[in-house]
Amino acid sequence: MPEPRTQPSVLLGARVLLPRPALQDLIDALAACGFEVIGPRARDGAIVYDRLRRIEELPAGWTDRQDGGTYGLERRSDAALFGYAVGPHSWKQFLHPPQERLWRARRREDGFAIEPEPAPPSRLAFIGVRACELHAIAIQDRVFMGGAHKDTGYEARRRGAFVVAVNCGTAGGTCFCASMETGPRAEAGFDLALTELIGGTRHDFLMEAGSEAGAALLAGLPTRPAGAADIAAAEAVVARTAASMGRTMDTVGLKSLLQDHPEHPRWDEVASRCLACANCTMVCPTCFCTTVTDHTDLAGQEAERVRHWDSCFTADFSYIHGGSVRSSTKSRYRQWMTHKLAHWIDQFGTSGCVGCGRCITWCPVGIDITAEAAAIRADPAAHGTKRGTSHGNP
Amino acid sequence: MNASVAPDPMLPQPWRVQAVRRETADVVSLDLVPLAGAPMPFKPGQFNMLYAFGIGEVPVSLSGDPADASRFVHTVRAVGAVSGAIAAATPGTVLGLRGPFGSAWPVAAAAGHDILIIAGGLGLAPLRPAIYHVLANSERFGRIAVLYGSRGPAELLFHDELARWRGRLDMEVEITVDHADPSWHGRVGVVPGLIDKVAFDPKNTVALVCGPEVMIRFTVAGLRAAGVADDHVHVSMERNMKCAVGLCGHCQFGPDFVCKDGAVLAYDRIAARLAAREI
Repeated sequence: MPEPRTQPSVLLGARVLLPRPALQDLIDALAACGFEVIGPRARDGAIVYDRLRRIEELPAGWTDRQDGGTYGLERRSDAALFGYAVGPHSWKQFLHPPQERLWRARRREDGFAIEPEPAPPSRLAFIGVRACELHAIAIQDRVFMGGAHKDTGYEARRRGAFVVAVNCGTAGGTCFCASMETGPRAEAGFDLALTELIGGTRHDFLMEAGSEAGAALLAGLPTRPAGAADIAAAEAVVARTAASMGRTMDTVGLKSLLQDHPEHPRWDEVASRCLACANCTMVCPTCFCTTVTDHTDLAGQEAERVRHWDSCFTADFSYIHGGSVRSSTKSRYRQWMTHKLAHWIDQFGTSGCVGCGRCITWCPVGIDITAEAAAIRADPAAHGTKRGTSHGNP
Repeated sequence: MNASVAPDPMLPQPWRVQAVRRETADVVSLDLVPLAGAPMPFKPGQFNMLYAFGIGEVPVSLSGDPADASRFVHTVRAVGAVSGAIAAATPGTVLGLRGPFGSAWPVAAAAGHDILIIAGGLGLAPLRPAIYHVLANSERFGRIAVLYGSRGPAELLFHDELARWRGRLDMEVEITVDHADPSWHGRVGVVPGLIDKVAFDPKNTVALVCGPEVMIRFTVAGLRAAGVADDHVHVSMERNMKCAVGLCGHCQFGPDFVCKDGAVLAYDRIAARLAAREI
């Protein structure tokens, strides 16, 4: 959390207006507190998250068009800075890096010595975190910090992070956060939240502090009081977004629906389309699986262990001596979706899905998790379902 | 380092190979002692991650006596690059060790019951600590039986101990092989066929089962047919493990992480999953 730059917080929970140019002051204030500021950028035909220094680097006037297997940037009629939904990146890549060295080892006369990787040095500030992404971060907090063993690297990065949330002004074609009750409003888990108010000559952000640190930072910015009309305008932005979700997911009884039907014919049907390419797991903001590789130098004197993101869609993922436990694409898709929407609840007390829609958009063949769930729900008793009393009968 | 302070479970600690015993053509047992401090306590059924410098890491069950605080014993079959390097260790070799991890055979809860210990192949190794515990406390149990099968006579583990156990009056030992050779005068057949060869009260029996998954499925079916309740049957599952602390996702078996919720799991909890394919 940043050191208070100004007076003690007086604004926690209160709402104030920040004019568009003053967003630069926010970035500068975070940088002055020692944060590396990360935010959305338009690059390579997509909205990605990367180092942010100037508000001119934000994707002003861009929006995105999303559908199953489809993503493209388009011009907006205005110059909104946050007028798009989520892209292929998520904040996962910063808190839970795609590749991370865990330790190094050096041979010694009496064997070898292991040196743990030092704690990550930089503190990260995220600007533009959507409500679904706040929930995704909270879910990974449970995975990496909520159990008996905490992931020390994740915990260090997470504890140091400063989060500026954005209430969504646009729902993407594959968004379904409203169904998952994870958005589009940022309710918790942020230091600051902003709602972009744009129209006519107006371009402001309604700011809300969600932490003492956020309030302290806000107190140093050139804000002005928000009126009831401003607050109502911000509410309308979120309500409009909530009403324009591209997808819906019926979550009632979804856990047992999936856990009780591992032999539903829909798993075969989706497997006939699924390429097992792992895109969905790479773009998912909650997928956390990793593997490790061990390396040595050529002399065999030094070794290291590096952790990488892994995917339950690969054959290697479930390999044990004798073969892969899940050799068919059917079993891998079933594992991913049942884990995400059902087992996750047993494991971590929450669904693993936040309704961001990335897995739908970035699936090369447009497989839609909401449609797959709906198909099983439509005919749960389809042939071959419900393992009943045949326990142990091979 | 003070061994009473648990090290970071992600960091291997150096342990020295003190002794190597060849069990079969491709299986060895290693006695391991830490370079610093003393071995931590472990429970029967738990496992360690063993690391061969620069090559990699694999899960290996503890196969020694939990009452012996002087060393860890691991029984390893050379099946790949890492297990091959570990099995090739000689006295003095230093390996990395993490853990112990995972759940345990419910030997305390089994007190007062007849106990069936049923192993297939290398599955006898994770059960041996339970056998040691049960034999050291045999007065707490009813009838004690070990049922063990391997592919052939040459693949049987722990020959000397099997012979000793067969000579005891407070337990039964039944051994079978899938394929005999001319030296073999014992039973031929699969492990489930041994269930009706020993005496036990199915209403008051706890069964501990470890072996290949197909052996587990047929054995549990035999136990159910004999009248042993599902919640009195405990099995040790095998899945791919990388982190051993529930963070890497590889070992998922339905809602369970085999590394931290297992590897020993009560059969009634997993029956439906075990009956389905590729879970």
